[in-house]
Amino acid sequence: MLKVHRDICGYCGCCVSVCPEGSLELIDAYLCVEKSCTSCGICAKVCPLGALEVVHEKKV
Amino acid sequence: MKKRYDLLVIGGGPAGAIAARTAAKKGLSVCLVEKRPAIGAPVRCAEGIGQAVLAEFIEPDERWISAEMTGSVIIAPDGTTMRLESSLAGNKVGYILDRKVFDRELVWQAAEAGSDVSVKTRAAAPIMEDGVVKGARLEYCGKVSNVTADVVVAADGVESKFARWCGIDTTVPVSDIMSSVQYVLTGIDIDPHTTTFYLGNSVAPEGYLWVFPKGGRSANVGVGISGKKSGSGHRAKDYLDRFVHKTFPDGKQIEFIVGGVSVCQPLECTVADGLLIAGDAARVVDPLTGGGIYNAMFTGRLAANVAADCIADGNTGKNALMAYDTGWRTSKMGRSIERNYHIKEYLIKLPDEKLNAIIRSVSKLNLTEFSTITLIKELMKVNPKLVVELGMLVASLH
Repeated sequence: MLKVHRDICGYCGCCVSVCPEGSLELIDAYLCVEKSCTSCGICAKVCPLGALEVVHEKKV
Repeated sequence: MKKRYDLLVIGGGPAGAIAARTAAKKGLSVCLVEKRPAIGAPVRCAEGIGQAVLAEFIEPDERWISAEMTGSVIIAPDGTTMRLESSLAGNKVGYILDRKVFDRELVWQAAEAGSDVSVKTRAAAPIMEDGVVKGARLEYCGKVSNVTADVVVAADGVESKFARWCGIDTTVPVSDIMSSVQYVLTGIDIDPHTTTFYLGNSVAPEGYLWVFPKGGRSANVGVGISGKKSGSGHRAKDYLDRFVHKTFPDGKQIEFIVGGVSVCQPLECTVADGLLIAGDAARVVDPLTGGGIYNAMFTGRLAANVAADCIADGNTGKNALMAYDTGWRTSKMGRSIERNYHIKEYLIKLPDEKLNAIIRSVSKLNLTEFSTITLIKELMKVNPKLVVELGMLVASLH
């Protein structure tokens, strides 16, 4: 899943523009991640600050 | 706010504001909504614009001009410099704006012309009927309202969502997003009337680093790198911090600005039934310079003019609104986007050694017109190899 490090995020919307699924939305100063996110990691790559991280959930 | 307008504009940047101002002046009922609580903030821009193109839209005013520019310097990866000046002596070539004040002025002008304005108001979804855009669901401080309009202008910027909700793919390719960071630095030694561009793979891979004076000893100092080249440990912020530490170690950082700049080709189609897409949302930023203010205002104005004509004719379907898409694509602006995209694609592939050689070929240029195309043409005169390598582009350059 995609983790937003809100202490780092500059809420610029760079990630929103590259999301192939349209899963991100910037609502003023808050980045929303929708369920359609596939954890592809494109947003995490382009983030100018490194505020996004794909975290792999541990399998039980 | 009313329940129904002729034109609903989503986004209060230069594209939306000029669309609203133009339409209101033509007598249309207009509403402009901006999701942020203030117009103009936060800034997402290096704030540079050419003097001549700005004059098409607004009288220059010192209240929103931070500094006047008389020339540029390009610095090669090896430190070689090339100075660009206008051949018209003493002529200013451009401005560094204060976007917080500039954007507010444009929206005020829209409001004065008769447009309604609503801030902290988010377009949360389009209202669609049989595939036709009929308005938007708006959210304001927890209140939801449906506002209908004959035409909606989506001018919602790089993080645009509205057009996508209407079924248009607006995804920017990773290699065509400039991942960018900028600091406003003060207390630095710069030429207050010269913009400086640094090139090179170690400075800004597939992008550039800029120093744009903001008046006195202050400047916008920023970097944009290709999304393709960005990643952990080598992000735009890493490049900027390294440069600032080395070049302006005593500079005081008074503002922190982040952003994405699309340098792709524009959307395949910027029109749908009842919908026009303008500015960064349409991906009409100049792909070579990353400049978007003029293109936003240009498409915003054209969108309003076409919408007004179509509303008067009683037909706001895609076929009628296509005059907008065709209009900007065949304009000087549209043609220069197309050409500059290909020039950009060529230039980003050049190794540092070639950039060094090109910049070393001439130390000073007097340009008859202060534009990228004039610069490229001048460089081709002294670098015949470029003519060959730019191949197909040559035809469009002459």
